[in-house]
Amino acid sequence: MATQGERILEVRDLVKHFPLTQGIMFKKQIGAIKAVDGVSFELNKGETLGIVGESGCGKSTLAKVLMALERPTSGSVVVNGRDMARAKGAELKRMRRNIQMVMQDPYTSLNPRMTVGDIVGEPFEIHTEVAPKGDRRRKVQELLEVVGLNPDHINRYPHQFSGGQRQRIGIARGLALQPEIIVCDEPVSALDVSIQAQVINLLERLQNEFGLAYIFIAHDLSVVRHISDRVAVMYLGKMVELGKDLEIYDRPAHPYTQALLSAVPVPDPEGRESRERIILQGDPPSPANPPSGCRFRTRCWKAQEICATEEPLLQIRPGTAHLSACHFAETHDVVHAG
Amino acid sequence: MSKTSLRTSPAEGGLGDEPLLAVEDLHVEFVTRAGIVRAVNGVSYSLNPGETLAVLGESGSGKSVTAQAIMGILDMPPARIPKGEIRFRGTDLLKLSDEARTQVRGQRISMIFQDALSALNPVFTVGWQISEMFRVHRGMNKRDAMAKAVELMDRVRIPAAKQRVNDYPHQFSGGMRQRIMIAMSIALDPEVLIADEPTTALDVTVQAQIMELLAELQRESNMGLILITHDLGVVADVADKIAVMYAGRIVENAPVYDIYRAPAHPYTKGLLESIPRVDQKGQELYAIKGLPPNLLDMPTGCAFHPRCPYRQDNCVTDAPPLYGISGARNSACHYWREVLDGDPR
Ligand SMILES: Nc1ncnc2c1ncn2[C@@H]1O[C@H](COP(=O)(O)OP(=O)(O)OP(=O)(O)O)[C@@H](O)[C@H]1O
Ligand SMILES: Nc1ncnc2c1ncn2[C@@H]1O[C@H](COP(=O)(O)OP(=O)(O)OP(=O)(O)O)[C@@H](O)[C@H]1O
Ligand code: SF4
Ligand code: SF4
Ligand SMILES: [Mg+2]
Ligand SMILES: [Mg+2]
Repeated sequence: MATQGERILEVRDLVKHFPLTQGIMFKKQIGAIKAVDGVSFELNKGETLGIVGESGCGKSTLAKVLMALERPTSGSVVVNGRDMARAKGAELKRMRRNIQMVMQDPYTSLNPRMTVGDIVGEPFEIHTEVAPKGDRRRKVQELLEVVGLNPDHINRYPHQFSGGQRQRIGIARGLALQPEIIVCDEPVSALDVSIQAQVINLLERLQNEFGLAYIFIAHDLSVVRHISDRVAVMYLGKMVELGKDLEIYDRPAHPYTQALLSAVPVPDPEGRESRERIILQGDPPSPANPPSGCRFRTRCWKAQEICATEEPLLQIRPGTAHLSACHFAETHDVVHAG
Repeated sequence: MSKTSLRTSPAEGGLGDEPLLAVEDLHVEFVTRAGIVRAVNGVSYSLNPGETLAVLGESGSGKSVTAQAIMGILDMPPARIPKGEIRFRGTDLLKLSDEARTQVRGQRISMIFQDALSALNPVFTVGWQISEMFRVHRGMNKRDAMAKAVELMDRVRIPAAKQRVNDYPHQFSGGMRQRIMIAMSIALDPEVLIADEPTTALDVTVQAQIMELLAELQRESNMGLILITHDLGVVADVADKIAVMYAGRIVENAPVYDIYRAPAHPYTKGLLESIPRVDQKGQELYAIKGLPPNLLDMPTGCAFHPRCPYRQDNCVTDAPPLYGISGARNSACHYWREVLDGDPR
């Protein structure tokens, strides 16, 4: 895995708010769901950035903005030096080619009435310059082979494949335009345990082969650790911690990351009685009305007065070597404790 | 809540060495246009009071169908049970009248369903839905039943239960709705609770809350728990014993520590090895090759043979019986010794 490649993606102060409206005839904006609220990070060639966090914290929204499926409210997404958030027309189309996506649900993300050939080759319809019409069938068969599917099955329909095979179809389509970046939003969550490993191995092989950079969103923290070079932890629209996989997993500094890691069940019954568990109380607050100061303070056992008044920035804190957004950041190895 | 009123129920049977619940050689098949789907092919497992049995296995291996057979909620037809026993305190539930079965279902054996998040009715308040249990089964009046609902919501840690009892399901988060489902399933103090993937759709933080809650409820009432899940982490955390299913059969069962220390079936071994491990970062994950079997076109001999690294010639022709390994351990593999010893493939 290449870690020190050149920078291909730079995200600065990215914000995506969804308006909350009232009234049927005359829509009046009464507020906003702050799905992504000021997120910055970069991604290098051939690198994998894992993104974890609770349901609703904004992971998929971030993915959609990166894919230019949603326009950001503010902030920039710079791909190879160009700001995608401001690009239009032909330039935007060209930039979109470079970022592709693999979605969570292999059962619903493929159109059941299209053949595998049509699904994988669909991006060529939009980007005709990549594969001239006469060349498409061969290209699609090549792609099927790359992801380990039988090229002769090009005329089959999605229902004739298993979940893991359908996920491979989605990956083949993601590769069609030879992107540099693939955003994977929960790519293995819906798969059987025995099939998950096959798909993860495939993603890693393709990365090495084509120098792909991945943004890998998943709620299985052990899968994220396995595949990622760096990991970002999100809470309620913000990044609260960002660092190399070892830094996040062995030396987490933010209380939320510590709680998250301690909640992951360890697949080994040995010593289970003495394991440290931080059980978070309550539910995450609404993203329409996040707490002032630190957004985690309503559930944080370390919260002080300053946490309500001053927002902790994502920066390197004393005693740690990576970024965290907590006034009282302090490393604590929850996984190996106890 | 006292169970004395139920002591005379027809399901009450002998005691002695009989487990709380015993499934024995259960077969369930579905008659479909494409043929007969043998979803459950001779499953046996047992559960004692206070015990947690985890049922693991590939998607489609028959975990939920077995649970539905225990609950008596399979639609027959298309389902039929050609063979087997489901003994609850010694009485075979499959031989009970519909009426007697209804007395057991939901009251003494109850279940949290796999798709619980959509199981709540959106047009009734959660309080109304919980209190229905007490109105229907305990003949309580509306006010008492509602008070019970608040008590239960409290018990499953819904903050401000009294204020929220008249809220509708969509006003709760996924984790809270799951807790409400749990409240309904434990409302009548069941002796056996079957939890079918109770946390699969939830975040790890919420999952930890729910599992802790289930463990606490179990301690309070000595309830037996059957936990169906894919998550090898959750199993390692809470199970006393494990049954692993593949293609409608139990391929291995054992106490939790034994299985994680040294599995005795190649499928179990493959599952455990495919978990990403910290010390194997950068290496390829172990992956069980091939695909799960088609129940309409099952492999001959051992159903796992097309994917098995330990396969020998006789595996293709002879279906392995469930070999006894030691007291509480079994494996349906001709070569369980080699697997157990960790022989290389
Ligand atoms: N189109 C939309 N309109 C309004 N609100 C939205 C929209 N899309 C997402 N949201 C809200 O934005 C927040 C973030 O949602 P998002 O889907 O990004 O979360 P997520 O981190 O991907 O969660 P999960 O793990 O459940 O997939 C949520 O509160 C969600 O309800
Ligand atoms: N009504 C039905 N008609 C035909 N086949 C059925 C029916 N219900 C279940 N089956 C089949 O029985 C098999 C076992 O299903 P079951 O739901 O028990 O699987 P499971 O082990 O719970 O899987 P999962 O982990 O995906 O929930 C599956 O192959 C399923 O397709
Ligand atoms: S800033 Fe305060 S409330 Fe926020 S995580 Fe740190 S200690 Fe907790
Ligand atoms: S019986 Fe043979 S094919 Fe089946 S699991 Fe054992 S070694 Fe593998
Ligand atoms: Mg999402
Ligand atoms: Mg099931």
